[in-house]
Amino acid sequence: MAKKTRLRIVTPTGELYNDEAEMVIMRTSVGDIGILASHQPLTTTLDYGVLRIINGDKEIKSTIFGGFVSVTPESVTLLTDASEWIEDIDVERARAAKQRAEDRIKSGRDDIDILRAELALRRALIRLECKNEK
Amino acid sequence: MASMRDIKRRIKSVNSTQQITKAMYLVASSKLTRARNRLNDTRPFFNETRKAIADILSGSKGIKHPLLERREVKSSAVIVLAGDRGLCGGYNVNVSKAALERANASKDAKIISVGSKAREYFKARNKSIVDSYTGVSEKPSYETASKIAGKALELFLSGEADEVYLAYTEFISTLTSEPKVIKILPVDVDEFKSDNAAAKSHALTIYEPNEEAVLNYVIPKYVNTVIFGALVESSVCELGARMTAMDSATENASEMIDYLNLMYNRARQGAITQEITEIVSGSGIYD
Repeated sequence: MAKKTRLRIVTPTGELYNDEAEMVIMRTSVGDIGILASHQPLTTTLDYGVLRIINGDKEIKSTIFGGFVSVTPESVTLLTDASEWIEDIDVERARAAKQRAEDRIKSGRDDIDILRAELALRRALIRLECKNEK
Repeated sequence: MASMRDIKRRIKSVNSTQQITKAMYLVASSKLTRARNRLNDTRPFFNETRKAIADILSGSKGIKHPLLERREVKSSAVIVLAGDRGLCGGYNVNVSKAALERANASKDAKIISVGSKAREYFKARNKSIVDSYTGVSEKPSYETASKIAGKALELFLSGEADEVYLAYTEFISTLTSEPKVIKILPVDVDEFKSDNAAAKSHALTIYEPNEEAVLNYVIPKYVNTVIFGALVESSVCELGARMTAMDSATENASEMIDYLNLMYNRARQGAITQEITEIVSGSGIYD
């Protein structure tokens, strides 16, 4: 049995997860990393991506939309603005959002509009990716 | 003395007012419980963000960041968090007053108002309101908080305001709350010094991509959470104040009804006495 680390996922509106985990895989701004217990202290920012919590042969997935993580040898604390478990993802809605965002980008109007649409598209893609991999 | 019919009508009207205040009291108290839970839920995020900043600041000496920099104060901005609705005692006025005092301390202060009551207050006093939000105090969302924080950061970074203050209401207990004005920008480095003891052990922390980039991300987040926390706390206070106000209104109404009942009975007795006197004198027994 591998040594476990304590994982906490905290959002502004409450604590989503506070339990042990063998390995936590997440996408940081410099690439995907997997954290095991006794990791060197690390603080880094997170990108939009899929978070995987591995416990033995069990795996929990969720989406993470930005945030940052601070790792100590004993714990992983993940702070994020928004996160949702894989079972809470609404595929239909994500598809619709993807379509909408793509249309908006193609139409090529205001530049702020494009930026928002691109973020929306990335969110939709992450949601779909999270759902389809399983 | 008012006639019996007038008093009766009065009693009826006070009674229906009492029913309304009682209902509002109950609504406010049930909302208060929920709002308090929300307030507790915001704490962990706030604490963790704070800790991360404290870690970075203590681990690395002489870090420079535009949001930490103290400048000569030429103009300031004040964010006022108040409610959209009245009937909550002095809640809106108290926090607006505290904010006004702060705003008057510097020349042409800019106001960011939350809640229509705060907007009206500063509009009436001819203050320059650069941004205003309504409909948030009931159920503050993190998105609104980030929008407000974004505006504050913009004012600060563009040099339009050299200091940004936040006026909110601190929750002490359901019965007591206190308006408070805190400085949110520039972020005060000294404030984090007290948190340092725990951080020292992790001097070997790696920062990816680097300390500055992490700070760049974390400090605005910190401002967001401070504002979000204050929004939630203020909404708890608003509900608490409304509850207290409605409770005393209900009590006043019953006192008033008691008094009016007394007056009614007196009027009734007076009328009966008068009638008897009239009958007796009309019958001519004592003639």
